[in-house]
Amino acid sequence: MSTLVNFKIDGVDCLAEAGIYLVEAAAENGIYIPTLCNIQGVKPRGACRICTVMVNGRPMTACTTPVTMGMEIQNDTPEINDIRKAIIEVLFVEGNHFCPSCEKSGCCELQALAYRFRVMVPRFPFLFPRREVDASNPKIIKDHNRCILCKRCIRAIKTEDGKNIFAYKKRGIELEIIIDPELGGKITDELAQKSVDICPVGALLPREKAYQVPIGRRKYDIEPIGIEDEKK
Amino acid sequence: MSKKIVATTSLAGCFGCHMSLLDIDEKILDLIELVEFNKSPIDDIKVFTKQCDIGLIEGGCCNSENIHVLKDFRKHCNILVSVGECAIMGGLPALRNGIPIKECLDEAYLNGPSVRHNHKGIIPNDDELPMLLDRVYPCHEIVKIDYYLPGCPPRAELIWNALVALVTGDELKLPYEVVKFD
Ligand code: SF4
Ligand code: SF4
Ligand code: FES
Repeated sequence: MSTLVNFKIDGVDCLAEAGIYLVEAAAENGIYIPTLCNIQGVKPRGACRICTVMVNGRPMTACTTPVTMGMEIQNDTPEINDIRKAIIEVLFVEGNHFCPSCEKSGCCELQALAYRFRVMVPRFPFLFPRREVDASNPKIIKDHNRCILCKRCIRAIKTEDGKNIFAYKKRGIELEIIIDPELGGKITDELAQKSVDICPVGALLPREKAYQVPIGRRKYDIEPIGIEDEKK
Repeated sequence: MSKKIVATTSLAGCFGCHMSLLDIDEKILDLIELVEFNKSPIDDIKVFTKQCDIGLIEGGCCNSENIHVLKDFRKHCNILVSVGECAIMGGLPALRNGIPIKECLDEAYLNGPSVRHNHKGIIPNDDELPMLLDRVYPCHEIVKIDYYLPGCPPRAELIWNALVALVTGDELKLPYEVVKFD
């Protein structure tokens, strides 16, 4: 049998199985810790830092930190939320996010976080980098303008025999996602769909399926991201 | 209480934000009780005739004329609001940012698939025409902007809530449904 541990989030007494990650432990107690690069069930990466919380006074990523007995966690405080907001704003200015013409708009997790945190304007200057759209794959259109390098596609998408289809290319500010030309060229419909679904933004898009849900009925039109956790 | 004076303009925008302002439907009657319009396409007053309380800016800056108008608004309005994605981040016109201006002009006037009758290969360059800027600039990179209302266009309710808050001095209501980027 697993052991249960007591811990506190923003002063609220919580209870969860020892060793599970803080984001999950919080969700089980009806508390939302925002995440972006994290995917449930896949080994966390700690790439985006949106889930930053204070654990016993020190900043930690809640998607990679296991819960232990007696932890004191700060989550929903003005300081931490402002750090999160700043990260969201950085992601907006360092790519090219033209939401009005983006197929993912309304279902995009980055945009949904910006809505939740009421980002009215980024505090940083827009970079407007020149990036390409790569439509060479028969099933997935890849738009580097919107990729936030969260690595979800690399971590979650594998062929049946466990090979990676997505990978990183180049370094630093030039870092980008590539699709293996051979494995990617043979990708099944199912896996292609899984790839575009797993991408939190509009960087991986399916062909001929744009704008199928009308404005007003898209995932984040009415209810904010994270509400599922808070409703528990 | 004397009415607050409002000015509006559309720079590199599509007038969608102005249309959204008109989308407040019958509240437009409340609006004219609340404010008086000065320079604005809504009443077609072309030059400022007095100092204004609130200036609503639609569109970013893509040419020299946009800069001129924006600076004029800053001078004549106590509070300046960026209304919509184009004012806030350049919007769709800023899709050209990152592409050298010569490449854009060549595509538009010489090489584009819809170019038909430009046999002499002319790129418009008359002194009368406003000069294109190297890229499209968000308004707050040109002058100080006091408030931002995102959306493409911003929901009518957001513009209305903001105007009421500015006129009455009450806190702006920002329910989840009104803050959208598309
Ligand atoms: S990926 Fe998301 S944030 Fe980026 S343009 Fe598309 S909807 Fe907007
Ligand atoms: S393509 Fe999508 S899933 Fe892959 S790293 Fe970029 S944003 Fe993340
Ligand atoms: S969700 Fe934890 S670092 Fe991205």
